[in-house]
Amino acid sequence: MDQYVPVLIALILGGVVALVMTFASTMLGVKTHSAVKDEPFECGNPPSGSAWGRFSVKFYLAAILFIVFDVEVVFLYPWAVVFRQLGLFGFIAMLLFVLVLVVGLVYEVKKGGLEST
Amino acid sequence: MIDFLITFSLTLLMVLMVLNLGGLLLWVERKGSAVLQDRIGANRAAVFGKLPFNLGIVNTLVADPIKLFTKEDFVPPGADKLLHTLAPAIGLVPLLVTFIVIPFGDVLIIGGREITLQAANLNIGILYVLAMVSLSVYGVVLGGWASNNRWALLGGIRGSAQMISYEIPLGLALIGVVLAFGSLDLQEITRAQGALIGGWIPAWGIVYQPVAFLIFLAAGIAESKRIPFDLPEAESELISGYFTEYSGAKQAMFMLGDFVEAIIVAGLITTLFFGGWQIPFLLRDGFHFPWGGTLALPSLLVTLLQVGAFTLKVLFFCWLQIMIRWTLPRFRYDQLISLGWKILLPLALANVMLTALIILLFE
Repeated sequence: MDQYVPVLIALILGGVVALVMTFASTMLGVKTHSAVKDEPFECGNPPSGSAWGRFSVKFYLAAILFIVFDVEVVFLYPWAVVFRQLGLFGFIAMLLFVLVLVVGLVYEVKKGGLEST
Repeated sequence: MIDFLITFSLTLLMVLMVLNLGGLLLWVERKGSAVLQDRIGANRAAVFGKLPFNLGIVNTLVADPIKLFTKEDFVPPGADKLLHTLAPAIGLVPLLVTFIVIPFGDVLIIGGREITLQAANLNIGILYVLAMVSLSVYGVVLGGWASNNRWALLGGIRGSAQMISYEIPLGLALIGVVLAFGSLDLQEITRAQGALIGGWIPAWGIVYQPVAFLIFLAAGIAESKRIPFDLPEAESELISGYFTEYSGAKQAMFMLGDFVEAIIVAGLITTLFFGGWQIPFLLRDGFHFPWGGTLALPSLLVTLLQVGAFTLKVLFFCWLQIMIRWTLPRFRYDQLISLGWKILLPLALANVMLTALIILLFE
């Protein structure tokens, strides 16, 4: 675990920087409030209702696709490190794995899952 | 104890380096945009009066932080106050700790002690970088959601969709490099790039993986949310996206985060594709030219040359990203998604399998 000591040190240093910056303006800046200033900024229009409403399902589709391919990338890393020892067997196994996922990607593209209109 | 002190000072050096370079890039960006657009820029803040060569560097570096730190810290009354306060820190801290795994020199020999010029010598360096960079997406999405503002929410969602979409080509491009060098250790990869192909060409990553370099550059700029990929903070559409309701030092943290991400991308491009601290033909005891001559150099000078080469390369790629930013127009959202999923992802997969096939056939 010795090699992770610098990570811990850097996390503490980064945390101190973030803490100072988070509270710098609170300490140093002035504070004023007015009815207009407290509104959510929507280019001058009076805001209608809360912003925490519904949004397009397309963003969820991108997230689901991300999970599938991110897991694939995670499998590819150890394979890439030891690829020279695995040889032909490793190549064919990973080729089949990637092909299955590419079929899924082609299906999603053909179904229009990535169109934003 | 002395080992701990060395580790501590190397880590402190890297964190401070990233912070200061981030501040410097803010000036380079303002001055660079002024030069590119043929106007005078970033010369108004004049602490020391009118100097004959007032490029604004010192004044901008001093005046900008003072201005940002003394602005009002505005939290909208309808916002989720806890998350609104935490979001900039969650976005910034993982980025500040990323650069410590990048090696900036070979070894420094002082008084018989050999110090590896890399703050954290992790054997899974590449995975660490990917893990930390992807953590910063939480800052974007939480900042956008906690503000209780439609534009901020849209910016946060766009930002998260964009960052996770481009993380896949980013990771796959790196797999090409991992295949070529057979290691996840950044120092080991850099050392391997000191070899020569055919006695002449330095064995830098770009020679093995030119396609991966282009994919990584595109995906890296998208990860740092800069033009042409600045959909999350598109000024003409979303005011300023996920940090619309932020002010003062918290807004500065989001902007600093973007610059730090650009520095990380530049550092990774240097380390993986352009030989890191390697200078062609420079070994530990001096230059060994392929046409026969040698030039012996003291080891301290070699180390200084290597650190200087690394710094120059990183600065060049930071500058390149800023030039790209001020040259290209912004994508539409559907173009962004189709570039990521329909072009970069298949290209990166094909690059990985082709690299594997070539290794299989010729090694």
